[in-house]
Amino acid sequence: MAIPYEFAYERPETAEQAIKLLGKYGKNARILAGGTDLANQMKQGFRVPEILIDIKNIKEWEVIKMVNNELHIGSLVTFNDLRKSQLIREKLNILFEAAGLVASTGVRNRATMVGNICSAVACMDSAAPLLVHEAVIHTMSIDGERAIPIQQWFIDNRKTAIQDNELVTHVSIPIPEKKYAGAYQKMMRYSGEDLSQSNVGVLVLSDNKYHVAFGSVGPIPKRSLKIENLLNTKGISKETIEEAKAMIETVIAPITDVRATKEYRMHMTKVMFERALKSAVERFKQPKLITQ
Amino acid sequence: MKKISFKLNGETRFLHVEPNETLLDVLRDRMGVKSPKCGCDNGDCGACTVMLDGKTVRSCLIFAIEVDGHEISTLENISKNGLSPLQKAFLEKNVFQCGYCAPGMILSATELITNNPHPSEHEIKEALAGNLCRCTGYTPVIEAILELTKKD
Repeated sequence: MAIPYEFAYERPETAEQAIKLLGKYGKNARILAGGTDLANQMKQGFRVPEILIDIKNIKEWEVIKMVNNELHIGSLVTFNDLRKSQLIREKLNILFEAAGLVASTGVRNRATMVGNICSAVACMDSAAPLLVHEAVIHTMSIDGERAIPIQQWFIDNRKTAIQDNELVTHVSIPIPEKKYAGAYQKMMRYSGEDLSQSNVGVLVLSDNKYHVAFGSVGPIPKRSLKIENLLNTKGISKETIEEAKAMIETVIAPITDVRATKEYRMHMTKVMFERALKSAVERFKQPKLITQ
Repeated sequence: MKKISFKLNGETRFLHVEPNETLLDVLRDRMGVKSPKCGCDNGDCGACTVMLDGKTVRSCLIFAIEVDGHEISTLENISKNGLSPLQKAFLEKNVFQCGYCAPGMILSATELITNNPHPSEHEIKEALAGNLCRCTGYTPVIEAILELTKKD
């Protein structure tokens, strides 16, 4: 079905042209990359932009690269690009794992990771991996550039810290100097294409440090310093895992919707947290980072 | 209206499109390519699958104007010179009932075996997870692909 209203379309060739256009139209413009969320939102009338600014000709944003000790993922990198990247496989096993669970191949060929965090729908798969890795989101506008830590990025369901005249150029992820391993757990009604009912990301770092994040169990994805502190100070034992699971009740705020009840989400998030933690610890013990 | 050109099944085509026209509508209603179907119209069912620059995509979620300068290939392209081995395998096993999902299934399976000539059952299921069939035809589809791609 065609979109039931008219809008303009531009496909700038450079970043400068893109931010100039965006500066001119501001909130009446939407940035188009993969479009798998945006086209749906426009069909449903949830978004009614006057103009789409298609950034797919800006080749510098297609890149995944190491810059010093940071991994940079451009705004045009799709989930299947992540799956095909040796760098992601070797350095960010948790993101590699999560990327393989996003929708289906046909969507992953088009949908971008940056689009995922810009749409900021609560059930997104990229947030927990980026939260545990303390990613930074880089934006650009005619007023200059900003680097926003992911902790400050998500404001509310579908709302982020981005300004109307800004677009995201890339995400940078600091790669820990010492050994680390991550694990991602996603609960779905069936294996295959589905949205998450709840998801958990755990990163195990050297010196008994842990990072923990939850998604799809509240309006925004959430990293829990409280649970991390517990694990960091008491270490991993049967007792601390039980204590951490009890703590989850005070950290997340799931709701009941068409995909699951809040009680089920709460219960399963605890189960998945334990699985993710154990799996990350197991991977940490291996000589090389394990990827699925 | 903007004039765009793109390769459709190997042939360069020119046409004028409005930004709000989806690729699916343009292919079906203006170019006579009927293999991509409109199922859910929001990217979940895979009936509208086409190949864009060699990768499967959802044509219901792409604006026709976006494919300016790119290459689109549909099921019609696969059987240009007769049925492909995959199509023959599907035919032999009688894997489809109504056939509505067939073009999408065939394109997704073709992409899979092009990149991975001997997929496992799990990999086949994963590759076809975004192609829904309402005649419960999944098992014969998976069996046919397994048999076609098994190592000698």
